[in-house]
Amino acid sequence: MALIDLNKKEVHCKIVYYGPGRCGKTTNLLHIYATMNEQHRGKMLTIDTKGDRTLFFDLLPLNLGKISGFDIRIQLYTVPGQVMYEATRKLVLKGVDGLVFVADPLRVRQARNIESLEGLRQNLLEMHLNLDAMPVVLQYNKRDLVDTPIPTLTVAELDQDLNQTLKVPTFEAVATTGLGVFETLKEISKRTVTNVANKHLLSGRKP
Amino acid sequence: MADLVLTAEIQNKANELIENSLVKAGVATVLLIDGAGNVLANCGARGAEIDAISLAALAAASRGATAQIAKLIGEEDFSLLFHKGKNGNIHFGRLGSDLILVTIFTDEVSLGLVRCRVAELTQPILDIFEA
Ligand SMILES: Nc1nc2c(ncn2[C@@H]2O[C@H](COP(=O)(O)OP(=O)(O)OP(=O)(O)O)[C@@H](O)[C@H]2O)c(=O)[nH]1
Ligand SMILES: [Mg+2]
Repeated sequence: MALIDLNKKEVHCKIVYYGPGRCGKTTNLLHIYATMNEQHRGKMLTIDTKGDRTLFFDLLPLNLGKISGFDIRIQLYTVPGQVMYEATRKLVLKGVDGLVFVADPLRVRQARNIESLEGLRQNLLEMHLNLDAMPVVLQYNKRDLVDTPIPTLTVAELDQDLNQTLKVPTFEAVATTGLGVFETLKEISKRTVTNVANKHLLSGRKP
Repeated sequence: MADLVLTAEIQNKANELIENSLVKAGVATVLLIDGAGNVLANCGARGAEIDAISLAALAAASRGATAQIAKLIGEEDFSLLFHKGKNGNIHFGRLGSDLILVTIFTDEVSLGLVRCRVAELTQPILDIFEA
């Protein structure tokens, strides 16, 4: 749920990066954190397990400038992708306004991608949200692996697996170098903010 | 959860309630947050010092996690959520199904008083946000 503060003239939206374990969600946020000007981003909060696996979530608050006089504040969250953390993913999804689904291109992870997207759909349904009606983009990450001997999925296969019913914009990315990271962020921010603005700011300001 | 539209009137009312009760009792900071981690009110002398965004996100998550733990051991929910530190203490109060009142205070204020004030505030704050 977005928070619209008419007093301070701020809009707060929550965007969640979702996807199977190790697909690169945290890496996306780390790149945004490292690249963005301090004026436009806050502190990054991460709760790691011992390795680099997300245990609970990461949070990066961004300040994206003004729309119709309102300051746009976005909070980027990642969920823990590991299968066993379903309950935690549900907690993080609470109040979500927009979603980036990050897919892993490794052929061995093909089923995991599909399972994770299906899990997302179910978790949203439990909160009475419909994935098909929400601002969503897909990111096909780790495209650098395509040029290695490791078996990877083609973009057409990923589309077939994940974007058949969704039909949302997709971005190829290499989160470790930042390729595609800001393109993904820009599109999901635009969609999320437009969605909230259409509901509240452009329609006589009635809740 | 529907989107939440905060007006100056709602904010002033909530701030006033919190200031006149918890803050007057001597607590350092009070944050009113929702289950998604949004900060709806930030009161108290030390409110500006803390990283409210991180605190709200963690408090909302911790609150959700604790409710799950309660379920796992067959409780509906825990009625007291409180962490005690060397100098500071933090109390989490659940207001209705969606709001959380986070109170940070030193040992100069008793936990009993904080709990009592949070209980008193629950219905009036819910009334403001449900109106
Ligand atoms: N080659 C390559 N490796 C990547 C890319 N993006 C992320 N990685 C690596 O993949 C591993 C997992 O990345 P994370 O960002 O921690 O993955 P995550 O999705 O947050 O994983 P969980 O927290 O377990 O859900 C790390 O070692 C990253 O360096 C990429 O574009 N290319
Ligand atoms: Mg992670």
